[in-house]
Order: sequence, then structure tokens, then C-alpha cells
Amino acid sequence: MDIFIQQIINGLVLGSIYALVALGYTMVYGILGLINFAHGEVVMIGALTALTAIGLLVPSGLPGPVVVLGGLLIAIPVCMTVGFTIERIAYRPLRNAPRLAPLITAIGVSIVLQQLAMIGWGRNYHTFPPLLPAAPHQFLGAAITDLQIIIIATAAALMAALVWLVTRTRLGRAMRATAENPAVARLMGVDVDRVISFTFVLGSALAAVAGVMVAANYSIAHYAMGFMLGLKAFTAAVLGGIGNLGGAMLGGLLLGIIESLAAGYIGDLTGGFLGSHYKDVFAFFVLILVLVFRPSGLMGEKVAERA
Amino acid sequence: MTLITPSRPLSALVALSACLLAACGPKEEAAVPAATADAGEATITIRLGHVAPLTGPQAHLGKDNENGARLAIDDLNAEKILIGGKVAKFELLGEDDQADPRQGTTVAQKLADARVHAVIGHLNSGTTIPASRIYHDAGIVQVSPSATNPTYTRQGYKTAFRVFADDVQQGSVLGSFATSKLGAKKIAIIDDRTAYGQGLADEFEKAAKAAGAEVVTREYTTDKETDFAAILTKVKSTKPDLVFYGGMDTQAGPMARQLKTLGISAPMLFGDGACTVEFHKLAGEGAEGHYCSLPGVPLDQMAGGTAFRDRYKAKYNTDIQLYAPYAYDAVRVVAEAMKQVGSTETAKFLPALAALNYPGLSAQIQFDEKGDIKDGAVTLYQAKGGAWSALETMGGKPNN
Repeated sequence: MDIFIQQIINGLVLGSIYALVALGYTMVYGILGLINFAHGEVVMIGALTALTAIGLLVPSGLPGPVVVLGGLLIAIPVCMTVGFTIERIAYRPLRNAPRLAPLITAIGVSIVLQQLAMIGWGRNYHTFPPLLPAAPHQFLGAAITDLQIIIIATAAALMAALVWLVTRTRLGRAMRATAENPAVARLMGVDVDRVISFTFVLGSALAAVAGVMVAANYSIAHYAMGFMLGLKAFTAAVLGGIGNLGGAMLGGLLLGIIESLAAGYIGDLTGGFLGSHYKDVFAFFVLILVLVFRPSGLMGEKVAERA
Repeated sequence: MTLITPSRPLSALVALSACLLAACGPKEEAAVPAATADAGEATITIRLGHVAPLTGPQAHLGKDNENGARLAIDDLNAEKILIGGKVAKFELLGEDDQADPRQGTTVAQKLADARVHAVIGHLNSGTTIPASRIYHDAGIVQVSPSATNPTYTRQGYKTAFRVFADDVQQGSVLGSFATSKLGAKKIAIIDDRTAYGQGLADEFEKAAKAAGAEVVTREYTTDKETDFAAILTKVKSTKPDLVFYGGMDTQAGPMARQLKTLGISAPMLFGDGACTVEFHKLAGEGAEGHYCSLPGVPLDQMAGGTAFRDRYKAKYNTDIQLYAPYAYDAVRVVAEAMKQVGSTETAKFLPALAALNYPGLSAQIQFDEKGDIKDGAVTLYQAKGGAWSALETMGGKPNN
């Protein structure tokens, strides 16, 4: 039983990170109907920027958690700028182009960002210095570190804040209006371009936080880390129902837990036929099953045809 | 009709200019493989291919191999050795296989088409084995400095050599070390499902079982993964007293760190792929106390090993990761064989290479009938204070 609890904890940590990244995909999709494939690279840039900043801050002798927070506070505006620039350069000129065009530029931007990061940060793995206490606490027979508790709590707080922003503020209303119908929103006095820019900036800020979480939890970061993470988060967004905030959160957590449980039990369940390295296959298999029975995802509503 | 006619003279012009350009092309290319040319006819150019992952998670190891090979090339060019009465000028064609078997064969075909005189590489077993067939078919000698999967030299290809002990030997040394020296009775085994990781883990499992240890679980990951929490949780539930991982440092480092986070106190044991400087960087405090094995003797015990380390550091401003001395030797043995027979033709220098007895940097290099190094030793190390410190050297008996 304690092993089961441990796997759930592992899954929650992983899932919280997926959920934060998935929110970035789902917000952009909800408003623009565009899949921003470069989002995973924004996470990577967040992680590497934070690492560089942390490397500069360490000699100052500040306590570890303060240094990490400092790295995060530098990574967030950098990622916001990157997100804003991506939208401005790669997507806005194609706003009225056929759907395939922005999809291709999204992939292009992803490759460009990855290569730029490779030039800037090199090809090596960068390690996260041991600034946070790594000694695990015992919880119902399972081990959990302070960092993992912080990751789960921060992700939950950010998600709650996002929901509040979207449902309770003026800007959130503008976002929802733009998602519903950009042309009508514009007629109602919503500055659609600003709302879209803001969506990218917001998603990128969450991506920066997720990037720092990944780097801190797995202690490494490198230029190619964004690709698989982005793909998983996108999967999580689709699993939950793309375009739906709650769906992205649910999808992320679910995907993390499914992966952990799959890695832990798939060998026993299949009598050793499939090993733990098939956890991704299992995760995608669950995705296919969900989409067969609920094509719009777990929490996705029927998407109205856009005029 | 009038739409078509005017364009005809233009297309003829285009075709003509294309012919002119094409005519220039082959002339330039023809000059490359032949003996060139500055100092008259007394030089001969030898082009060696080098393949290793230069991008991706193992780029640091690939660059290390290439640096080792380049150092040998520089030395050879400075020595101005004579091959068939001509001064030999060595060139290295560095290629990137991304540690990916598919990319490995693509790059191998590229080098075969470029008609290189020999290939140093690849780094990984997973890329070396499929590439070896291409080199064999093209009649190109291949010397791997680091591929340890036994299959590589057991396919019957006369062109395949390695200057590094294989996994059969390493696995058996690791197995006896785990059971007799560490006293492990319950062992958990993890591998990364690559030709190298899986091969080494299989050999280790055989040796450990033969020595009476129980393998409590066998878990798998990939050579791109960074999250091992789930499989380590499974490992934890089996309460092993040793965790073996067959794979590279990029996974081994984070794995060691996550092992500590999960509160598993059993030590880990790795093969050569994790026996690197990088491992300590990646594992941080989690590195302490774990073990690894590396074919060959420690650099300090190699004749000229410390001098090599200093020269490497001076030239590349970084520390040797792992296989650089072996890549250096791989280049040197090829050059030595060519020098002995005075020819760069595979048919002539291949027999000389097979029969070579050469005092290399890493060892006295002699190949057995398969192309494996004879008398390959294996050294065991333990992580202490942020570095690998040598415990003991085992083996050294003929490798067959």
C-alpha cells in the first residue's frame, strides 16, 4: 500500500508540472484555435534561464530557497518576453491565414528556439545546484521532499489564481469573449490583439514556473528538454479537453498519475511482457481510449463551429 | 504558342551554364582523395571518419571521443610519419550520429560514399553494430573506442575492431564484484533498453545469478528519460541491497539523486557509461558511495596517462570525460598498421592491424581473432568526495 501511495505522490508531482504546461496550450487553443507547439521550448528557456541566473546568484551567499526564487523571478519575465515575441512574429501575421500555416510556423518556431538554446547554452546537460533540502519526509510510508510539496502546492495555487483571473476579472471576461467570437468581441470594445498577447504572456509565465520545477525536481536541464515535455503536456490538454482550463488541470494530473502507475505496475499486470519503459505507450493508449469514447476530451464541451 | 517559343533560348542558356558548372565540379572533387599536393608528390592524405553523438544527451561523451581522436591526428601530423615513402597527412571527418541507430547508419553510408580510409567509432553499441555492416560491405576498417556490446565483433566482419574490453568480460567482473566484494544477495537491475545498457545488464544478471544472488526485479527506462521516481519506487518495494543500472551517465546521475530522495539506502553499481566526470555533476550529493566499472586501467596507471590528461586539458580546456584515451589509441593503431605495410588500402593494412602488437596509451594493444582487444582489464571505482576513486583492477586474462 505504501508503494501505491508513493506512486500516487510521484504522479502528482509529475502531473502538477504537466498541468501547468498544459494550461499554456489550452489557453492559446481556446482563444485562437491554434496549437502553439513552441510552448514546450518556452518551458525549456525558463529552466535554462533560471539555472543561469541561479549560477550567478549562488556566489552571493544568499540562502538556497532565496536563490531559487531569484532564478524564478528572472525566468518569468524572460519567458513572458519570449511568449509575447513568438505571438507577435510568428502567429499574428498569420492570424487570418489557413489553419495549416500557423501550425507549420509553430513547429518552425519550436525548432528555431531549440537551436538558439543549443547555441546559447551548449549541448551539455546543466545541473541544478543542491540548494533545496533533499531529505525526504515520511508520509504514510511514502517519501516526499519539501521541494515536491512546494511543487504540488505552487501548481495548485497558480491554477486557482488562473481560474479566478479568467472567471472573475475584467480581463478574464475579455479573454472569454475573445474565445467565444473574436469579431464580436472586437465590436464590443475588446482589444483582441492585447487579449491574445496577454494570453501568450500568461501561458509563458506558467511555463517558466514549470521549467524551474522540472529543473529543480530532476536536477537537470538541457536544450532538448522541452520537446517531450511539451508533447506530454499537449497530450494532457487533449485528454482533459483542449480549450478547457479545468480539463488541462485534470488531464495533467491524470496523465502524471497514469504514467507513474503504469511504470510501477505494467510489468506485473502483463506478466513481464511489457516493461516499465512502456509507460508512455500506456499513457498514450489511455488517451486513445478516452478520445474514442469522448472525442472532445474528458471535460471538453461540444465546440461550436466558428463563423 | 507564342508563350512557349521565347523561353527556349533562355532554357538552353540555363542548361549550358549548368553544364559548365557541373564540369567544374568533378575536377575539384577528383583532387581530394588522391595524394595532394603542396609539398610536391611526397605527401599522402589519409582521411579518417569519426562518428559519435555530438548533439543530444550524450554530446559531452561524443565530443570527448572526437577530441581524443583529434589529438592523435595532431600528433601524427606533427610526427610526419612515412607511409609508402610519402609523408602522411591525416584528416578527421567528424560526424554526428545522435546516439540514434538510424542516424548511425545514415552517417556510416555517408562516410562509405566519401571513401574514407578507416572509421573511428561509433561511440554507442546501438549505433556501432548496425553501422559495422555498412563499413564491412564497403571494405572500410572500423575501430570503436567505446562500443562494448559483444555482438559488434561477433558478426564475422573482419573489418570490425575495438580497443576496449566487451560487456561479457565487464558483466562478469561486475557480477563477481557485486556478490563477493559487496556481498549483495538481492539485486535490482535497471537498464535503458539500448544495445549497450541491455547487453551489459544481461551479462551482469547472468554473472550475478551464477554467483548465487537473487535478481529481485528487472526494470526498464530509456536513454532520454529523466524521471525515474516510478521505477525506483518499484525497486524500493523489493528491498534490494544493490541496484544495478546498465546505461549512460545522463540517466545514472539523476537516478542516483532520485534514489536518495526516495530514501533507498542500497548502493548503485554502474558500467562504463556512467563512470564519468559528468555523473558527479548530475548526481550531486547523491553520487556518494556508488560503484562503477571501466574497462582498462585508470588513467594514472597508463604509461603517459597523466601527460595525456594535461595535454588534453591544455588543448580543449576541459577534463577528459571517459573514452578519449581509447579514441586516441584507435587512431594510432590504424596509422601504425598503415605505416607498417606502407599502404592505405584496406586489403593491405587490415591484416597488419589484425596482427598488430602496439604499445598504446591505454594498454598494450593486440587483437584476438574476432577483433577484440586481448587481455582487457576492468577497473572498479567508488564515488568518494565528488570523484571516482579506483578500488581495484580485475581481469586482465585473455579475452576470448
